[in-house]
Amino acid sequence: MERKTVNVTIDGRSLEVAERSTLLEAAHEFGIHIPTVCYMKNLTPYGGCRICVVEIGYEGGGKNFVDTSCTREVREGMVIQTKSPRIIRARKMLAELLVASAPNVKMAQDIAARMGLLKVRFPMEDNRCILCGLCIRMCYEQMDGRALGFAGRGMDRKVSMPFQVRPETCRLCRGCDYVCPGMIAPCPGVKEPAELCGRCVRMDEMPACCPTGTFGCFCEQNPL
Amino acid sequence: MRKIESVSDLEKWKENILKKQQQYEMVLSVCGGTGCHAYGCKKVRDQFAKALGKSSNRKVRLRFTGCRGLCERGPIVTIQPQGIFYQRVQEKDVPLILSETVGKGKILDHLLYDDSVTKRKVNSEKEIPFYKAQNRLVLGNNGLLEPTKIEDYIAVGGYHALAKALLNMGPEQIIDEVKASGLRGRGGAGFPTGKKWEDCRRAPGDIKYIVCNCDEGDPGAYMDRSLLEGNPHSVLEGMIIGAYAIGGSHGYIYVRHEYPLASKNAETAIIQARKAGLLGKDILGSGFGFDVEIAKGGGAFVCGESTALIASIEGRVGEPRSKQIHTVEQGLWGKPTNLNNVETWANVPLIIKEGSEWFSSIGTERSKGTKIFSLVGKVKNTGLVEVPMGITLKKIIFEIGGGQQDGKRIKAVQTGGPSGGCIPASLFDLPVDFDSLTGVGSMMGSGGMIVMDEGTCMVDVAKYFVHFLQEESCGKCLPCREGLKRMGEILDNIAEGKGDEESLSLLEELAEVVADTSLCGLGKTAANPVLSALRYFRPEFEAHIRQRRCPAVVCTSLIQYSISEADCTGCGACAKVCPIQAITGEKKKSHRIHLDLCSKCGSCKDVCKSSAVTVQ
Repeated sequence: MERKTVNVTIDGRSLEVAERSTLLEAAHEFGIHIPTVCYMKNLTPYGGCRICVVEIGYEGGGKNFVDTSCTREVREGMVIQTKSPRIIRARKMLAELLVASAPNVKMAQDIAARMGLLKVRFPMEDNRCILCGLCIRMCYEQMDGRALGFAGRGMDRKVSMPFQVRPETCRLCRGCDYVCPGMIAPCPGVKEPAELCGRCVRMDEMPACCPTGTFGCFCEQNPL
Repeated sequence: MRKIESVSDLEKWKENILKKQQQYEMVLSVCGGTGCHAYGCKKVRDQFAKALGKSSNRKVRLRFTGCRGLCERGPIVTIQPQGIFYQRVQEKDVPLILSETVGKGKILDHLLYDDSVTKRKVNSEKEIPFYKAQNRLVLGNNGLLEPTKIEDYIAVGGYHALAKALLNMGPEQIIDEVKASGLRGRGGAGFPTGKKWEDCRRAPGDIKYIVCNCDEGDPGAYMDRSLLEGNPHSVLEGMIIGAYAIGGSHGYIYVRHEYPLASKNAETAIIQARKAGLLGKDILGSGFGFDVEIAKGGGAFVCGESTALIASIEGRVGEPRSKQIHTVEQGLWGKPTNLNNVETWANVPLIIKEGSEWFSSIGTERSKGTKIFSLVGKVKNTGLVEVPMGITLKKIIFEIGGGQQDGKRIKAVQTGGPSGGCIPASLFDLPVDFDSLTGVGSMMGSGGMIVMDEGTCMVDVAKYFVHFLQEESCGKCLPCREGLKRMGEILDNIAEGKGDEESLSLLEELAEVVADTSLCGLGKTAANPVLSALRYFRPEFEAHIRQRRCPAVVCTSLIQYSISEADCTGCGACAKVCPIQAITGEKKKSHRIHLDLCSKCGSCKDVCKSSAVTVQ
């Protein structure tokens, strides 16, 4: 059977990608990096962290819009920018919000470092859960546990078992622990409990390989 | 009531109802809208009912109608056919009205509307400036019918549009008519209704759902509620016509449970329509079947968003999802779903009855028809107003609203609720339509319009809306959950005088990113109140930061109460009213406020007769 494809442009490169794949899958397939937090292969895309946002337009004009690459599917003639100034600015701000709420989660620090964040302008908190929902999807979709879910609204939102009691469906498989980004503490470089890590990409120490010398260029020399 | 099976049945029914109504010489209508309920209209109605029940006068009909619009002057009583309009009617006025006006035909002067401009008492509704500039196509019937009586709706020509649509028009023809009328969604986004219907009709699927969105959550807005409370049959008729055009078989009216009267009246309307054969199988003998039920929501603001609303009906947590696949293709239970606002549905029968040409003659080039606004805040006449699109803000605020309330100049109007923005007085010549409002950084929204005068602090307003949205955010996506929290923190700091120049630019940057990256409409528009306030009222923010001063004297951390020695008569009223005994002084001598104790409640200022209490 012939594989159906559509033509899209990602960061100026014309690519032929499989129909019905998401923008994130398409970009990864061609080695274009888009940072993610709440995305995991083989789990349903959630679109909650918004870190993987890209700028989307269509050939022949129209207004560009921003959407998460993990949820949006490719369409014929799509023009996608993963590193436009608008996206860099948005991702940096999102990283700042994320790291300010959970500085002791390695993933948050890593994302902040990758964006070249030097300073957090918000008061630091110390949440361990970043509400990415990975554990819930893991439990529901892969382990058939259905033991976890979100409770509360807005700022009171938290991951919880039904009525805070472990249901019989939970077999203590620890799939939730396995996928949880909050289980991994940041590198020992972080001394204070609410300090911003990311020293490795500080501007003055940044290697000269970066052609533009701007922050957040996701320079290949700084792999995550 | 027997089943209506054909158009001739409907005509016959209408004639019978009209004949029955002719036996009444007079109709007393007591407004039973939300505003009037708060003023105690129910007691007035009960009083009338009791008095009329006792008397032998069987020629007077008492009607308990839906909202009449001029909520400021409630409870409102009108007397037909003379067209007398009484306002602020109290229980004690009831016997007087019955004996003088009903009995002798004399008009009671003290209950008439007092026009503050011409200083003249006005007899009838038509002459009141509040109603004069309006075009009440959708709301107008509210005063003519009792929402719990289907007969009243039939008498004003109700369900005739349905008969026309079902028997004389094909589904495509209806969609073409709605498209030609230029009707755009009244819920806020302004999506062309006909286009949506067409997309839903074309979407493949055996079952299609029709949903009416009455999850109105904007602070200070109550037009959808009043429409569903006051004229539920018009919404129902619109839905049936829509269902026929789209091919829908089942419908839901999603009402928040804070609207008990709206859901009760809608429920009654559904039962009556079912009995009359206007809902159910084989409507009016056309072979088309459709039924509606009520879905009650828990009252979350985010459930006004279509995908969250659908999740809520399905019994899941009201959270939006990515809208890459539209609800017209995959909505309720994965089936094509057409969702429209209450007001949109109520406009449909009008378009079918009067034709698209007539409808599109009202309004501007890209926004057709009328729009209901709930005009609240610092204007004389607050209430529900229905105006043609393209009317200027000035006309709404000063002509219909009657201008400023108590001597303070009006400086801005907030449209579109928490998703909209503040428009300064310098832009009041702006025509009110979807595109012009968006152009100045606000939006039409569902139609909230809050007027603000010089006593309103824009930092405080922005703070209020951000905190409201922060409470109402579902918390699914990071920018909305965390971003709004941080915006709230920054605004709190500014209001407390702890802000710096940097916090202003951070606020602006954060607001733009939240708007850019949020998942649903709540987050995408959450920045509007902040950004528009910063755009038009930056000096006010800067005054809070640079001079640690609140120009409108609202932000409690930045104001100080004091008593001027020269004006104080030493009456001691302020000391008596102060809740924490922060005011001392001997009798007949000047009093003093202890600033370290003062909680800045402002009670002393309200009570002082010689205006000796000043606030800075």
